[in-house]
Amino acid sequence: MSVFVDDDTRVVVQGITGGEGKFHTEQMLAYGTNVVAGAVPGKGGQEVAGVPVYDTVSEAAREEDADASVVFVPPAFAGDAVFEALDSPVDLVVAITEGIPTQDMAKVNKRLSEVDTRLLGPNCPGIITPGEAKLGILPGNIFESGDVGLVSRSGTLTYQVVSNLTERGIGQTTAIGIGGDPIIGTSFVDALDAFESDPDTEAVVMCGEIGGEDEEQAAQFIAGNMDTPVAGFIAGRTAPPGKRMGHAGAIVSGSGTGTAESKISALNDAGVPVGDTPNEVADHIEDFL
Amino acid sequence: MKLHEYQAKEVFADAGIPTPDSRLASTVEEVVDAVAEIGYPAAIKAQVHVGGRGKAGGIKIATSEAEAREAAEDILGMDLKGYTVEKVLVEAGVDFENELYVGITMDRGEGEPVAMVSTEGGVDIEEVAAETPEAIAREHVDPAFGLHPYQARKVVYEAGIPRDVAGDVASIVSTLYDLYEAKDAADIEINPVMITADREVVAADAVMNIDEDALFRQPELAEMEEEAAEDDLEAKANEYGFDYVRLSGNVGIIGNGAGLVMTTLDLVDHYGGSPANFLDIGGGAKAERVANALDMVFADENVDSVVFNIFGGITRGDEVAKGINEALEQFDEIPKPVVVRLAGTNAEEGMEILNTDLVQVESTLEDAVQRAVANAEEVNQ
Repeated sequence: MSVFVDDDTRVVVQGITGGEGKFHTEQMLAYGTNVVAGAVPGKGGQEVAGVPVYDTVSEAAREEDADASVVFVPPAFAGDAVFEALDSPVDLVVAITEGIPTQDMAKVNKRLSEVDTRLLGPNCPGIITPGEAKLGILPGNIFESGDVGLVSRSGTLTYQVVSNLTERGIGQTTAIGIGGDPIIGTSFVDALDAFESDPDTEAVVMCGEIGGEDEEQAAQFIAGNMDTPVAGFIAGRTAPPGKRMGHAGAIVSGSGTGTAESKISALNDAGVPVGDTPNEVADHIEDFL
Repeated sequence: MKLHEYQAKEVFADAGIPTPDSRLASTVEEVVDAVAEIGYPAAIKAQVHVGGRGKAGGIKIATSEAEAREAAEDILGMDLKGYTVEKVLVEAGVDFENELYVGITMDRGEGEPVAMVSTEGGVDIEEVAAETPEAIAREHVDPAFGLHPYQARKVVYEAGIPRDVAGDVASIVSTLYDLYEAKDAADIEINPVMITADREVVAADAVMNIDEDALFRQPELAEMEEEAAEDDLEAKANEYGFDYVRLSGNVGIIGNGAGLVMTTLDLVDHYGGSPANFLDIGGGAKAERVANALDMVFADENVDSVVFNIFGGITRGDEVAKGINEALEQFDEIPKPVVVRLAGTNAEEGMEILNTDLVQVESTLEDAVQRAVANAEEVNQ
């Protein structure tokens, strides 16, 4: 089994006619994802990689029976694109776009609380259920089907940890990128909850980083609600306080919360072993299986 | 992007928030002239992007021309936490009875803006928040509707603001929220709002940070940006548009994606080395960007060895390899040993292109980091 996406998921690509949208649509199709439509204002009637393009997401969803959307729309228009997907409506929106203004995301977040749609991201690599479907930009060839769930705030760190797992023959149920921005749709807790309910997920990897308190909240959730074992990794142990390390979220205030230490100790207190290296995370997962 | 106090005050004043009479000055004579116009007492305030200016000697009060001259001589050109002071704001001193705090920021936990008001102004508000959080009244804002006038009044009453000025303070809170929204601020603060003996309400300081991701729709604010780099390397990073942080070690680090780059730093530390920098080339980087990254790291004289860690998703290995070749082929001798680890999208194509006479190649992250640490140790033996 899997969480959030599988081989029945029917996908609309918003921004399919752009460079990234087109390239990754081809990659998703090659992986076997059911990309059934594109949506780009003013480009209705065209075709990209054999996929019909519509002017609006609602038309695409209606005509092609789509239930998920992937957003490859530039940051200035991406907030609006997510709103459009939420109102279409589809069940899942995956926002790849990096650099959406925070106040746009606050408005999206508000609407999100009023609808049943799930949002992944923004500023995330997407989601993959190996062998079934990938929605986003993850390199499909490093993933293998198996019984470990993975949730991460960082794209490239996800790839690193997955490759450590796959090299040892440990496959994945679903890998979920939740994104590194301050305001995101699906949280660690949401993803962990889904993995806990998935009978095929035997263990979970959670990759966090400095900044915010999402990992601390996740630790509380794990302690109170999870039987599935979780292993963690926290990036940014060596980051100096007060400096922003790329991700908007990855800044340490210097006040003690949001540091690598506070996250690692919260996870350890919840019974979650945290690897010093991605390879050690794979060691812990191996011990669980 | 941070605005200087004088810039934020211009924005505030345009919106109708009362600010003290002030002049910007960059020489001692300009300060003396400004004080002559404004009168005494006057505050002379360093315009640099650091917190705690007052404690660090960056703010002085002058009650005479001699004092103004002395303060200007002290502050102009001084080094304030790594930044040189080139401008000061000369401002009419405010005779105040109370100091308040007013701020709007994003509560990322709630995903909503929050307005904050406190009677504990004029001090380090982070300390107040940590030690006596109940001293700060808070009101969350639905970003779809903005701050309702009743909410501005409510947070002011809850903070216990004196009744005779509560209306004026609420009006400042409302105006600040409107600015926060209209200008795409990340934070907007006045600390302190001063209440004078005549019960006038005046913004004696101004903090405004703009969301960098929103600068495309704030062209007027984008123009106000004054590069304030701690050193030449950070200035260079700004020019190239990299996320870059200089650190104190000697292993140069280049990678793609913030999480992976931070992990590479952590591993350098884990294997006994010391990271010289954080440098994220970002997603989908082309060859030129990769070459610029190497140029940056070589330019840091503390760097003894370099590790390049790329795990391609949206970034393609062949583009990265091309960039590394281009950057290195211009040297007769490579200035510092470079270890490359390429994985993910088009990594195999990249490995075929990569000129392995110029770089050392490792296939795992752990091996690449250990080799780079060993290279750095060798240089120092």
